[in-house]
Amino acid sequence: MIPNNETYNDKVVQQFTVMTVVWGVVGMLVGVIIAAQLYWPALNFDISFLSYGRLRPLHTNAVIFAFGGCALFATSLYVVQRTCHVRLISDKLASFVFWGWQAVIVLAAITLPLGFTQGKEYAELAWPIDILIAVVWVAYGILFFGTIVKRRVSHIYVANWFYGGFIIAVAVLHIVNSLALPTSAMHSYPIYSGVVDAMVQWWYGHNAVGFFLTAGFLGMMYYFVPSQAGRPIYSYRLSIVHFWALIAIYMWAGPHHLQYTSVPDWAQSLGMVFSLILLAPSWGGMINGMMTLSGAWHKLRTDPILKFLIVSLSFYGMSTFEGPMMSIKTVNALSHYTDWTIGHVHSGALGWVAMISIGACYMLIPRTLNLKSMFSVKWIDYHFWVHTIGVLLYAASMWISGIGQGLMSRATNPDGTLTYAFVEIVKFTYPYYFIRLLGGLLVIVGMLLMAWNVFKTFQMAKDVKPQPVLEPALAH
Amino acid sequence: MISGIVTAILLACFLGGIAWAFSGARKAEFEAAARLPLESDSGDRP
Repeated sequence: MIPNNETYNDKVVQQFTVMTVVWGVVGMLVGVIIAAQLYWPALNFDISFLSYGRLRPLHTNAVIFAFGGCALFATSLYVVQRTCHVRLISDKLASFVFWGWQAVIVLAAITLPLGFTQGKEYAELAWPIDILIAVVWVAYGILFFGTIVKRRVSHIYVANWFYGGFIIAVAVLHIVNSLALPTSAMHSYPIYSGVVDAMVQWWYGHNAVGFFLTAGFLGMMYYFVPSQAGRPIYSYRLSIVHFWALIAIYMWAGPHHLQYTSVPDWAQSLGMVFSLILLAPSWGGMINGMMTLSGAWHKLRTDPILKFLIVSLSFYGMSTFEGPMMSIKTVNALSHYTDWTIGHVHSGALGWVAMISIGACYMLIPRTLNLKSMFSVKWIDYHFWVHTIGVLLYAASMWISGIGQGLMSRATNPDGTLTYAFVEIVKFTYPYYFIRLLGGLLVIVGMLLMAWNVFKTFQMAKDVKPQPVLEPALAH
Repeated sequence: MISGIVTAILLACFLGGIAWAFSGARKAEFEAAARLPLESDSGDRP
């Protein structure tokens, strides 16, 4: 029996949801600034902390770990309470996780523009911040798994498996890749060297994509798509096979980031083969999410939140087809080190990750405020359209620019000399950098509209009472 | 040799997992589990 005064801890969910929107605006704004710098290089004003090399890691860290991270914290802590029918084990631990993570983000936003970096992509932060991340992450793990241990239903819902896999894998990845010997307060050397360092870095880097940006967001998909569609997931059995196949295969795909480098050839081929196999679980999951809507497709006409969720799955399917294709060595010979990669990343990040997070936030905010819906559903629809058009402009312009770069870089004259000088390739890409900037501007306009909508929704909420923990249905 | 054996064992584990997930004995349990997101929201908003 549930004590009648037990309520859900929605405070931490709300805090993380609001910060998802705030960091989304900040991170994407920095993205728009550096996109503008690529078109108008003078925009760095010759100031070191505004230079592209320092703002680019700020952008990636802000959108992945601040925007994406807050969305994962918010949704996982909501989902684990609702599907386990229990309050989080500790309110103090929950606020420590929230404030600790915000401290990490603020420290990143200060140190990266100042030029403190470990030089590892997506792991740039200096060693003291890495230690803080590890502490906060372990606290998050205790909070999440402790709540699962206390659950009132025997079954652990599949979304929690995905969130749990994401939490464990990210802890392992972060700690192993960040092992370093400090030489001063903000400087350190990695304990690995040469090819081993590269392998560890891309084992980390690719699984940051696989577990941070995929498994966690699949957890989101498995709760919020059925919840918004009002019908159970298409195949629960497929979701179990999906989970085990995905986590078993993702770990091995990292070397595809190092094709044609000094990494052993067999390791490159192994990375390619596992990347190709990954198509199966990725599409299995996508189909499972999409088919949840079968028989309810008409809801897409009237519900812009469902549009966000389902189009995010389309982008997921598209980028998880594109990724394995780009890992094939002959394709990689063309695509690597070009803008094609940037386009691929953004169709995954802005299409899949951002759209499912935005959809989930539009669900979470009114739900935790005891409201029926956001202040304006119409604005959600406008947001959907500007965001979708923005992502398409971004991805399409980078495809053209990237494939052009690849073809021009490899073109040779009959005597073996290069056909194009580097500057000719830069000139070719120039107009596409403007189209990319336009795409980014549309995305940030949508995010600002969202921020305003969230603000107005909070104004509507008055005297919000905490929601009581529900009795589980009899069947469980 | 050893890597081949390990690969075969892992493949067998995976196929076993599929058989477990799709066996008829767990149909009812999974159908109930699939309803968790639908039964977890109080839905009594004004």
